[in-house]
Amino acid sequence: MTDAYRELSDHISASLGDAVLRTEVALGELMVHVPAARLERALGFLRDDPKCLFKMLVDVCGVDYPERAARFDVVYNLLSLKHNTRARVKVAVGEDEAVPSAVGIYPAAAWFEREAYDLYGIFFEGNPDLRRILTDYGFEGHPFRKDFPLTGYVEVRYDEAQKRVVYEPVKLVQEFRSFDFLSPWEGMLQPRPVLPGDEKATESPAGKTN
Amino acid sequence: MAEVQIKPMTMNFGPQHPAAHGVLRMVMEMDGEVVRRVDPHIGLLHRGTEKLIEYKTYTQAIPYFDRLDYVSPMCQEHAFVLGVEKLLGLEVPLRGQYIRVLFDEITRILNHLLNIPAYAMDVGAVTPFLWVFEQRELLMEFYERVSGARLHAAYYRPGGVHQDLPAGLLEDIWDWSEQFPGIVDNMETLLTDNRIFKQRLVDVCPVSAEDAIAWGFTGPVLRASGVPWDLRKAQPYMVYDRMDFDIPVGKNGDCYDRYLVRVAEMRESLKIVRQCIKEMPGGPASSTDHKVTPPSRGEMKQSMESLIHHFKLYTEGFHVPAGETYTAVEAPKGEFGVYLVSDGTNKPHRCKIRAPGFPHLAAMDFLCKGYMLADSVAILGSLDIVFGEIDR
Repeated sequence: MTDAYRELSDHISASLGDAVLRTEVALGELMVHVPAARLERALGFLRDDPKCLFKMLVDVCGVDYPERAARFDVVYNLLSLKHNTRARVKVAVGEDEAVPSAVGIYPAAAWFEREAYDLYGIFFEGNPDLRRILTDYGFEGHPFRKDFPLTGYVEVRYDEAQKRVVYEPVKLVQEFRSFDFLSPWEGMLQPRPVLPGDEKATESPAGKTN
Repeated sequence: MAEVQIKPMTMNFGPQHPAAHGVLRMVMEMDGEVVRRVDPHIGLLHRGTEKLIEYKTYTQAIPYFDRLDYVSPMCQEHAFVLGVEKLLGLEVPLRGQYIRVLFDEITRILNHLLNIPAYAMDVGAVTPFLWVFEQRELLMEFYERVSGARLHAAYYRPGGVHQDLPAGLLEDIWDWSEQFPGIVDNMETLLTDNRIFKQRLVDVCPVSAEDAIAWGFTGPVLRASGVPWDLRKAQPYMVYDRMDFDIPVGKNGDCYDRYLVRVAEMRESLKIVRQCIKEMPGGPASSTDHKVTPPSRGEMKQSMESLIHHFKLYTEGFHVPAGETYTAVEAPKGEFGVYLVSDGTNKPHRCKIRAPGFPHLAAMDFLCKGYMLADSVAILGSLDIVFGEIDR
């Protein structure tokens, strides 16, 4: 399978030119990195090219990497029923940039894009109905961003006195605990254990000041 | 008499409607009794599963998958577990593979046994529901015997399954499988040629193969449209490539075909169940790599190292090498996929769950347009919607 994907990835990068940044095959899966501006061109090609024929859009999702400049990845998982292959198209996008919508190419993209917008705040330009989808009516913020707390900001309950649902700031009975299990002394860290003090070994003694 | 123009009425369907299969709210624009536009509002059952998983170790994440589509729990665990195994490069022993296939198919029957009679009830037949639920009970008993839980099993683990099968279980599943075809036949006598049932379903909402693919339909809904696509055959995982079964395919892609495909699938699943029992090999049910799977109780009382393994696995968990994978299984409702991004720590960086029902429901406007209000209930039921997985 990996060889077939390598061949396919060469074909894709040769045909798409500047509409593809790079391709990679890892764990027997094909990944195509695409600049946001050329996404429609790339998806259209992947859908219609006789060697690709990725007719089905299986999934669209966002991934958050807060430390990167272009913070989000939008990931499109494609499936070709004809060739029995899968491909993953990835677009890196910053917080205030927009991605062209894939609705014109795959009608299934509409809701997936709404979901990515709702959870990550990624804008899809050209999506006819970019509303929130999973979160509550009138929800504020984008909950799946890494800087959004797991507990959220507001909690909701029915108030017997006012006879309506009220929103209040979250009150935690117990402080939120997130244990750090990344113990530096254990060899279970795969693939390469990093022990405290290891970083000093790479420094050459001569390079030390004083 | 002068012709009167009636203003289209906007109507709420659900979220507390018995035919809404959970908490679906559909805002429908009606022209008399004809549906002009449907806007499904989902998210009333949103629990942020994917976010919670980012804060849990890989083992702790498994129970969340039972709670997605709560009528086919084990198939969903399977997708996650396969993804983790792929990132770890972990092999599952043959017995573990057979056990997983066996329970995948039991899960499929369990799911269709809920969907079909519930669907029949949506369109007016109550009896199948009462007849068939006894079988679900028996199947959930098998769940209970392997995992201790009737619904939320958390049975599949990276590397295999949590525990080997208890003694006598295979014989009991075999006995059950002897009588089960009779139950399906009984159910079919009530439904398949039933005049009322057919009037409600035949030729309602036929979907062409092209439309089904473009909208991302998978599973029985896609196969009813005449596309012979099943991940168990196309991209076999575990020992599905050794199994002898057929893929039932529909002809017209209407609601009736979707029902027929599901009934036929139960019979095929039964074949797989019986083949698994016949061929069940010996050996360990789970990988013996104790960096990932916990050691047995007996070992823990003998060996210090096993005790350490156990402690480490249930506190810190195992670390998964950095990488990403999209792994999909053929769940009873369609392609259930997990897009897993690991950053090399003991917790996933991102775990996107691709629920088969999500694109099905997204196409609701496309499917219902121009049909009567009563048909929209038939269409919704034929898609096999469960909100646990759609809202996540």
